[in-house]
Amino acid sequence: MPLPYYVSPEQMMKDKAEYARKGIARGRSIVALEHRDGILLVAENPSTLLHKISEIYDRIAFAGVGKYNEFENLRIAGIRHADVKGYSYSRGDVTAKALANAYSQALGNIFTQDIKPFEVEVLVAEVGDENGSKNEIYHILYDGTIEDEKNYAAMGGQADEIRRFLKDNYQEGMVLEQALQLGVRALNVTQNKSLSERDLEVAVLDRSKARRKFRRIPPEALAQLLGTAR
Amino acid sequence: MTDPLWQRAFDDYGSSSFLEVLRRQSPHMIPSLAGSAEPGLEVPRGTTVLALRYRDGVVMAGDRQATAGFQIASRRIDKIFKCDDLSGIGIAGAAGPAMEMAKLFQTELEHYEKVEGDNLSLEGKANKLSQMIRLNLPAAIQGLAVIPIFAGFDERAGVGRLFKYDITGGRYEETNYDAQGSGAKDARDSLKKLWRRDMNRDEALRAALEALIDAADEDIGTGGPDLIRGIYPSVRTITRSGFAEASEEEVRRVCEEILRDRTKSEQGA
Repeated sequence: MPLPYYVSPEQMMKDKAEYARKGIARGRSIVALEHRDGILLVAENPSTLLHKISEIYDRIAFAGVGKYNEFENLRIAGIRHADVKGYSYSRGDVTAKALANAYSQALGNIFTQDIKPFEVEVLVAEVGDENGSKNEIYHILYDGTIEDEKNYAAMGGQADEIRRFLKDNYQEGMVLEQALQLGVRALNVTQNKSLSERDLEVAVLDRSKARRKFRRIPPEALAQLLGTAR
Repeated sequence: MTDPLWQRAFDDYGSSSFLEVLRRQSPHMIPSLAGSAEPGLEVPRGTTVLALRYRDGVVMAGDRQATAGFQIASRRIDKIFKCDDLSGIGIAGAAGPAMEMAKLFQTELEHYEKVEGDNLSLEGKANKLSQMIRLNLPAAIQGLAVIPIFAGFDERAGVGRLFKYDITGGRYEETNYDAQGSGAKDARDSLKKLWRRDMNRDEALRAALEALIDAADEDIGTGGPDLIRGIYPSVRTITRSGFAEASEEEVRRVCEEILRDRTKSEQGA
């Protein structure tokens, strides 16, 4: 009779975490920056069809790094959560906090219970309104760890390096153009080439928009904002 | 034999539908009035809505009254709802279920757009609405029918289009104009005389308001422009550049013009 093998819980968690981190480190990065008119999300993503950043609800956006099919499932689950909640109560009752908690629970459960953890990190951002409510940015890790970030957030491959760069260079009250240029510079830190508008996926939660604040910035407009338009 | 796990990804074609999500997760939230209404029940009903095509797209308009039996239930109800940037819905029939249906339909379109990252075609939207009306059939038979007009700008064809429905979810495309609700016949008669191909926005807006005023004139359920309280019909336009609301100021001006012209010529007296 074969002996049942034993792995200590400590070792198992360590292995899983290492596995997930490796998966995430292979992927490209995303930064989020608060600026005067909302929240800017910049991802290194050469595909114009497979998105890493998307709209969840009126004031809430989602960004994911790591394995596409895994964060895509989380994204759709988030849209469902938000739409059902908004339909049964009111649009104003859908919050990033509840959503971030749900992501944290889901990823935490997957990490402890499934053989293979999700190799993803997700960001949930909610833009404040004119009545003085604040921006919120939540960063949820592969094991369900949740952090709320201020001013800027970074995740993906070389997030630590990017975060260090942003810590030194971030300023409050930037306009969209400045924030975008800073975001691209931050992503460039980890590259040996400089990123052009075709390597980027950019979206904003624009406070000045009515109801649905999420807006993608297409490559042409991006080139203008970056000052690289020909 | 059960399907292999991977096959589920293909079988799940309802996954972009909000209604399908509700059905699976919270079926109790799907609006259903089956078995709850007596025939002839006096609930508030939306009365007249209409839509007509013009050069740049579609105009949708509706009076502001909800009527329950011989009583006015509300003077300020709005019956034209934005579905998304390129389409709108005008509701006639039992006001409660109709507004719920409009809200569910809006959520449905937005949900699809967010999940798929792309808009449904106008045809797809019209079709989805017809399925939702069919769901309401048991209540419709008991007298709580919801009969909307759906109109929008078809990006692929580059024109405005409008659809009418029956209580079974039957969907019929109209080429020029249509009206629904208790004053619909009068509004349609009016539009029959006023509608021309290639009207501009101002002409279309005036035709829509003339038709509503005619409907209010003949039908007791339909409310006309209320000069005392300052309540005027709601008018929306849907064009390539989106869904827009005609300002109350503009609607008031055109209504007054029409009434003035009619007083002078003693038309409709």
